[in-house]
Amino acid sequence: MNVVVCLKQVPGKFKIEIDPQTGTLVKGGTDNMINPFDMNALEEAMRLKEKHGGKVSAISMGPSEAKESLREAIALGADEAVLLCDPAFDGSDTWATSHILSLGIRKLGQPDMVICGRQTIDGETGQVGPELAEMLGLPFVSCVSRIEEVAEGHVKMQRMAEEGHHVVEMQLPGVISVVKEINVPRLPSLRGLMQSKKASITVWNARELGVDVAMVGSKGSPGRLVKVSRPQRSTRQELLQGSLESQVEQLIGKLREAKIL
Amino acid sequence: MEYFLNEQQQTLRSLARKIAEQRILPVRAELDEKEEFPWELIREMASSDLLRIFIPEEYEGLGGGCLDLCLVMEELSRVCGGVAISYGANALGALPLINYGSEEQKRKYLPDIASGKRLAAFAVTEATAGSDAANIRTTAVRANRHYVLNGTKQFITNGGEAEIYSVVVMTDPARGSRGASALIVEKGTPGFSFGKKEKKMGIRASSTRELVFHDCRVPAENLIGREGQGFIIAIRTLDRSRPGVGAQAVGIAQGALEASVEYARQRIQFGHPISAIQAVQHMLADMATQVEAARALVYAAARTIDAGAKSFSEEAAMAKVFATDTAMRVTTDAVQILGGAGYMRDYPVEKMMRDAKITQIYEGTNQVVRNTIALELLKRKAMRE
Repeated sequence: MNVVVCLKQVPGKFKIEIDPQTGTLVKGGTDNMINPFDMNALEEAMRLKEKHGGKVSAISMGPSEAKESLREAIALGADEAVLLCDPAFDGSDTWATSHILSLGIRKLGQPDMVICGRQTIDGETGQVGPELAEMLGLPFVSCVSRIEEVAEGHVKMQRMAEEGHHVVEMQLPGVISVVKEINVPRLPSLRGLMQSKKASITVWNARELGVDVAMVGSKGSPGRLVKVSRPQRSTRQELLQGSLESQVEQLIGKLREAKIL
Repeated sequence: MEYFLNEQQQTLRSLARKIAEQRILPVRAELDEKEEFPWELIREMASSDLLRIFIPEEYEGLGGGCLDLCLVMEELSRVCGGVAISYGANALGALPLINYGSEEQKRKYLPDIASGKRLAAFAVTEATAGSDAANIRTTAVRANRHYVLNGTKQFITNGGEAEIYSVVVMTDPARGSRGASALIVEKGTPGFSFGKKEKKMGIRASSTRELVFHDCRVPAENLIGREGQGFIIAIRTLDRSRPGVGAQAVGIAQGALEASVEYARQRIQFGHPISAIQAVQHMLADMATQVEAARALVYAAARTIDAGAKSFSEEAAMAKVFATDTAMRVTTDAVQILGGAGYMRDYPVEKMMRDAKITQIYEGTNQVVRNTIALELLKRKAMRE
């Protein structure tokens, strides 16, 4: 069972800045981490490997600092790590990102499964998983909360629904995205961390991937971020007057009016 | 301050901090309240290799030294002194084996301790003996290929949870401290049982119990070192472990300092945060200075040991006394800065103050440890004359 895990390095600090011109996150600094949902994806891949054998490959598109996150993936047990890195990729939207990732995954060789986190905590779109599946021509199941069984050519899973869950089967190879409820990611071991410092991270640029640079980056991305703004929060307060009974009646009336009751 | 840790030590420290913050912090109040031994956390530390660091590489360890152990103790204690000492007492139990065990004993026990399969503990204290180790009453009588143990050890950290005990007993009571020997006793040996679990003021996540020996037969090959070496093994083991208690104290104090700074910036009185009041600022400044001084002394003592110094009783004793007295002072001041909130269990500093107290007591009370320092000091002067 060969699994590819898609990882994104995201800002680890809570105070994040948004570039007012481009509307994108200001990156940089050392306080980065692996997107938490991607940690769940990696953990699930590790568990599949421990149960069924095979290997785990971690892949990321990002700046060269993202090597640190890939190193962390190796410390946690990933067998290999690939960074897709090229100045031409800067500013790629989810479509362009998925396109680049799909080429990277093809270059790695067809895996049995690709696992993504359900979304990133910086972009929050949740689009890369399904887009990637489409571009790879593979089936996709989102929000997987449990892998029940893996058998020859298919996988049976639970996916989270608003109330309860769906049990779905998917043909392999396929792509899934996972929610945080699926597992508790392990912590690295000291030996794993020390070995990962020496591990080599494969880096592929646009040319090596065969990416048409006109189709990626901020210029080539079909998606355009128009505006990022803080939502206006309006809280209205109203104090009810009168006796307790009349206040209760007024309250019930207002709740009915608002169609809450 | 820059302590020039090597790459592995830096990695070790940040790994220990990660475990402390991600795994220990969410459960520390509950473990304290319920006096629950942190098995799940111990297993997590084992799978992260933290139990391997102080074991030599030949026995599946990572060959780290006293400083490596101190870094882990400090980081764990910054969040919970109780979980930290469960970790530390295991290392203490392994030290007599590492330094005085036979090749067979090391091969038999150390790999299990390294992997976390079995925990270790060290037992000296009794109802009539603690600081006065010569007054140990537990006896071990040689009978052919066995020793037969009788007596009761008390206040044994990791008691009941550990499986490998290094126990100091009297093999020749007539010779006083020269009649003491160290023996390995495994949990499950017939005649070896556990007495009551103590209810403690602090470090409540840790287990403290009596070890009861009643005609307990232990194979003669479980003797550590030679007969009559028990007292020396105990003293030298404590010399090696005291910087670890110092590191525990530094960690507890660091946690209290951080909580104080955070609270002082949030707590508004007279229209501004209390961190704007100079009286509070000076308290914080003193706390920070004392913590850093304690850390520097603990690391220096640990490095002295790791450098292979022949004698380090004095350095280890100084690190223990200074750091633990500092922890008591700093945690008391932390409760003061948090005021009413500091006294409440909803905030972490009252626990830190309770946890700090034991560090002045165990592995040699600070009074007895001062005797060690004074003795070395005066001995040196006398030798020059």
